[in-house]
Amino acid sequence: MKRGVFLFLVSIVPCLAAGAILAQDAPRLRGPEPFTREVPAPPMQRQITDDVRVGRNYPDQPPVIPHSIEGYAVDLNANKCMSCHARKFTEQSQAPMISVTHYQDRAGNTLGGLAPRRYVCVACHVPQTNAKPLVDNVFTDMDAITEPERQPARGRH
Amino acid sequence: MDLTRRTILKTQAAAVAAAAAGVSVPAEAQNIPTGEDIKLQWSKAPCRFCGTGCGVMVGVKDGRVVATHGDMQAEVNRGLNCVKGYFLSKIMYGGDRLTQPLMRMKNGQFAKDGEFQPVSWDQAFDEMARQWKKVLKEKGPEAVGMFGSGQWTIWEGYAASKLMRAGFRTNNLDPNARHCMASAAVTFIRTFGMDEPMGCYDDFEHADAFVLWGSNMAEMHPILWTRITDRRLSHPHVRIATLSTYEHRTTDLSDTALIFKPNSDLAILNYIANYIIQNGAVNREFVERHCNFRLANTDIGYGLRPDNVLEQRAQHANDAQVSNPSSFEDYAKLMSQYTVEKASELSGVPKERLEALAKVYADPKVKVMSLWTMGFNQHVRGVWANHMVYNLHLLTGKISEPGNSPFSLTGQPSACGTAREVGTFSHRLPADMQVANPEHRKHAEEIWKLPHGLLPGKVGYHAVQQDRMLKDGKLNAYWIMCNNNLQTAPNTNNETYPGYRNPANFVVVSDPYPTVTAMAADMILPTAMWVEKEGAYGNAERRTHFWHQLVNAPGDARSDLWQLMEFSKRFTTDEVWTKEILDAQPEYRGKSLFDVLFANGEVNKFPLSEVDPAYENRESKVFGFYVQKGLFEEYAAFGRGHGHDLAPFDTYHQVRGLRWPVVNGQETLWRYREGLDPYVEKGSGVQFYGNPDKKANIMGAPYEPPAESPDAEYDMWLVTGRVLEHWHSGSMTLRVPELYKAFPGAVLFMHPDDAAKRGLRRGQEVRIVSRRGEIRSRVETRGRNKVPPGLVFVPFFDASQLINKVTLDATDPISKQTDFKKCAVKVVSAATADAGGQQ
Repeated sequence: MKRGVFLFLVSIVPCLAAGAILAQDAPRLRGPEPFTREVPAPPMQRQITDDVRVGRNYPDQPPVIPHSIEGYAVDLNANKCMSCHARKFTEQSQAPMISVTHYQDRAGNTLGGLAPRRYVCVACHVPQTNAKPLVDNVFTDMDAITEPERQPARGRH
Repeated sequence: MDLTRRTILKTQAAAVAAAAAGVSVPAEAQNIPTGEDIKLQWSKAPCRFCGTGCGVMVGVKDGRVVATHGDMQAEVNRGLNCVKGYFLSKIMYGGDRLTQPLMRMKNGQFAKDGEFQPVSWDQAFDEMARQWKKVLKEKGPEAVGMFGSGQWTIWEGYAASKLMRAGFRTNNLDPNARHCMASAAVTFIRTFGMDEPMGCYDDFEHADAFVLWGSNMAEMHPILWTRITDRRLSHPHVRIATLSTYEHRTTDLSDTALIFKPNSDLAILNYIANYIIQNGAVNREFVERHCNFRLANTDIGYGLRPDNVLEQRAQHANDAQVSNPSSFEDYAKLMSQYTVEKASELSGVPKERLEALAKVYADPKVKVMSLWTMGFNQHVRGVWANHMVYNLHLLTGKISEPGNSPFSLTGQPSACGTAREVGTFSHRLPADMQVANPEHRKHAEEIWKLPHGLLPGKVGYHAVQQDRMLKDGKLNAYWIMCNNNLQTAPNTNNETYPGYRNPANFVVVSDPYPTVTAMAADMILPTAMWVEKEGAYGNAERRTHFWHQLVNAPGDARSDLWQLMEFSKRFTTDEVWTKEILDAQPEYRGKSLFDVLFANGEVNKFPLSEVDPAYENRESKVFGFYVQKGLFEEYAAFGRGHGHDLAPFDTYHQVRGLRWPVVNGQETLWRYREGLDPYVEKGSGVQFYGNPDKKANIMGAPYEPPAESPDAEYDMWLVTGRVLEHWHSGSMTLRVPELYKAFPGAVLFMHPDDAAKRGLRRGQEVRIVSRRGEIRSRVETRGRNKVPPGLVFVPFFDASQLINKVTLDATDPISKQTDFKKCAVKVVSAATADAGGQQ
C-alpha cells in the first residue's frame, strides 16, 4: 500500500497538467502523500506593505490593499480605513479616494458620504502577503485577448 | 507587433499630439482599447460560492470569462459581491484543471494499488460499470452509493436522485449539505411540516433587532451582512446582538456580543423562553390558534458508532427523533428550570446581557430577525437548537411577517434548491416527500413513469454513515461528485480515508480539480464547473435562479449532468431491477436506464430548437433534446399545486430568480401569513399548512452536555470553520492568486494568555492533538478572531493542515449532521518531545 501511494505520487504529476503546480513548502491543494502523513506548517507569510498599487484584472475588481491593516478598527465607533480614503482626507493622505460607487445606496441614490452598505471595507478589499501562488492561474486579461500584441508586463507577485 | 515600453510611450505621444491637433489616429495608434473595441458578451449567473445567492454579471470574450461584477439588477446583492465573488472570473482557470479521466492502473488494467493514468471516457465508464455491476450482483443495491452536493445544479441533483433511487434502487445518496444544514432542514419539517424559511431577505430592511446565533456573517455571508450593516447604520434604533463562542468581525459591528461556552446556547435559548413566559410576554392568542406543544425524547446520544460507550449509555440513542404531545403548562414547567442564574452559570455570559437579549424577544414592539448557520447546525443538539429559536418566535407570534423572522442561512449555493427541494438526502424525495412513505414513493413512480414498487423504502446511509460503511466494507461502489469530503468530513484519518483505500471498494471522484479526495480515489473524472454548463441553483430565501452555459469546459471535462446520464446508458433494466418487477411490467424489459429515466417521454419532451441559440448547451447537443428543460419541468411537477410551485422553465432565464411558491406568476416573500401567501385561507390569519392541522410545533427540550469536553489532558475546545477569502475546502479559491495571497495558510487562533502559558509565541509551530489525530499549524494570537482563554479556532481550507483529522465524528442524533464546532484538543509546541504520534 505504501509503495503504491509513492508510485502514485511520482506518476500523477505528468497526468495532471505538467508544470502547473509550482514548487511549494506545503501541500495546500492536494494534501499530504500519503494522506495520513503529517507535514510541517510553513512559516506565516509576511504582509506586503510597499504601498505600490497593483493593477486590476478587470474594471470591477476591488483593488487589493498594498499596506498593513493590522489593528484597524472597523466597528460601530470607527472606520480606520476612512481616515485616509474618505474624500476629505485624501489630499492630506495621498491615498486613493473610495470609488464613487461607494456613495450609492441600495436603490442607486447618490449620498454625501460612504454608503452604509459599503462600511465593511475588508469584505471586498484584502491585503496581500508575499506567499507565492500554489499553481498558475491561466485567466487572461480582456485586453490581452483584444490586442495581444501590446501588453505591458504584469505586476509583481 | 512587439511593443516595448518605449514604443508604447511613442505611440501615446503621437496620440496626444494628434488629439491636440484635432485629428484622429488609427486604432492601433491609440494607447487603450475602448469599451466598443473590447466587445464583451455579458450574461447573468448566480455566484458559485455560498448560499446567499448573489447575482453576478459575467463578461465573456473569445470563449473565456474575462470579467465579473455584482449584478445591479439582482435583488439579493444590488451590484455588490464579496471578495470571493469579485474573483469568480479566475476560479475556472487554475493551471491544474483536470482535462481527462484518470484511472489507477497496472499492466494496462485497473488496479486499486496502481498508478493514475489518463484514459478515455469510454474506458473510464466501462470500468466503472463493470465494478458497479459486480457489486450489485454480489451484494445488491445497498452496497452502491453516492455522495453529492449542495453545489450540484438542480437538474444534476435530480438526475442523480433518479439514477440512484430508481436506477440502482438504493437510497444511499446523500449530499455534503448533510454536514452543512441537515439540522435546519430536519427541524423545519418537524416544526412546520415544510422545509425552508417562511421569510426572506427583505426582512433585513424591516427588522429592528438582529440576533445572530452561531453565525459570523461578516465573513461567511458578507453580502447579507452589508444589508444588516446598512440597516443598522441608517436607522439608529436598530440593534445587533451576536452569540458566539469567540469574538470575530461580526461582533466588531454588533451592539452586544454574548460569548458563551460551547453547547450552552441551549440553556440561553431556554432561559429566554422562560423569561417570555414569566414576564407575560407570551402571545396567547397566537399560541392557542397556531401552535401545538410537544416534548422531545431526551438523553439521545451523539450519533457515534453504536458500540461507543456514549451511545450505549444513552437512554434514547435509538429513538432520538421521537417527541410526544404536551401542553403549555408542561412546557413552561420544563423551561422554568432555566433561570437567568442557571443560564449565566452554564454559559459564562453575564446576567445583564442575557436579560437584555431576552427583552428583545419579549418586547412586542421590537421586530426580531434571528439568524443562524453552522454554530447551530453543526451541533450535537442542532435540531433542538433550531427548535428552541422557533419556540421564541412562536411564543411571541413574531413570525411570518416583514421583520419578524427566524431565518436559517445556508452555506452552499444550492443547499436549498438541490439538496433539500430536489431531495438528494438519503431519506428524501422531491418537494419534501419522504422515501419511507409508500404514498410518496408511489407518487414519485407515477411522475417518473416507472413501475409500481420500484423505489426502495429503506432510508439510505447518511454522510457519516457512508464513511463508516465504506470502512467496514459494506458500501463498495461509491461515486463522489462535486465535493471534497476527505478534507471536510470529521475524523478522517480513522473514519473516511480507510474506506476510500479499502481494497473491497471502488471509489470514483468527479471534480474540476485534483483535490485531496480525488487523490485518494480509484478514478477521477474531469468535470465542467459553474458557467461551463447551463445551471440552476436555489438560495437560502427560496429563490430559484438560472444561468446559461457561457464557455466550454477545457479538454474532455464534462458536466456532472452529462456524466450521470451517459453512465446510465451502460445498464439495462434486466441487470439492475428485480425479476418480479420486470415480470409484472414486461414493457420495461431490455431497456437501458437512460431510456427509462431520461428518454421517458417527459425529460426528452423539449426539442433542441428551444435552446437559446445565443448560448452553447453541450449536454443537450449530445443527447438530442433540451435536457435541462425536460428535467426541470418533470421535477417541477412534484411541487406545483401544493406549496412548492415553480415558474415555467423559460421564465427563469429572463428574471433574476424567483422565490417559491410562484403562484399566478407572483413570487411569495412571506409564507403562512394571510394576504402574503396565496396558500393561506381567508380569515385564518396564519396557517402553518405544512402540517395537517395547520399548526406549528413548539418543542420542549433541555440543555444536554456535548459529546466531548476539555479535561486535564486535552484541555482546549477546538472550533473549526471558514475564513472570508476561502470557500469551504478551498479547491476553487486557493487557485486564485489574490485570494490565496490574502490568506495563504490555516493558522491556530489562540488567546495570548493561553499561548504564554504554553511558552508559545505568535508564528510558532505547534501540534494540535486530539484523541483522533493531530496536525501541525502556526500560532496566531492577533488578527480577525479573538478567542477566549481555553478555546482555539482553526479553519479547514488548507489541505496541508487537515484539521478534520482531529475533529470528532459525533453528530446530532436526529439530523445526523456532524458537530465540527466542539471537541477537546491539546496544543503543544512542535518542538516539544511529548507531542507524540509522529511516525
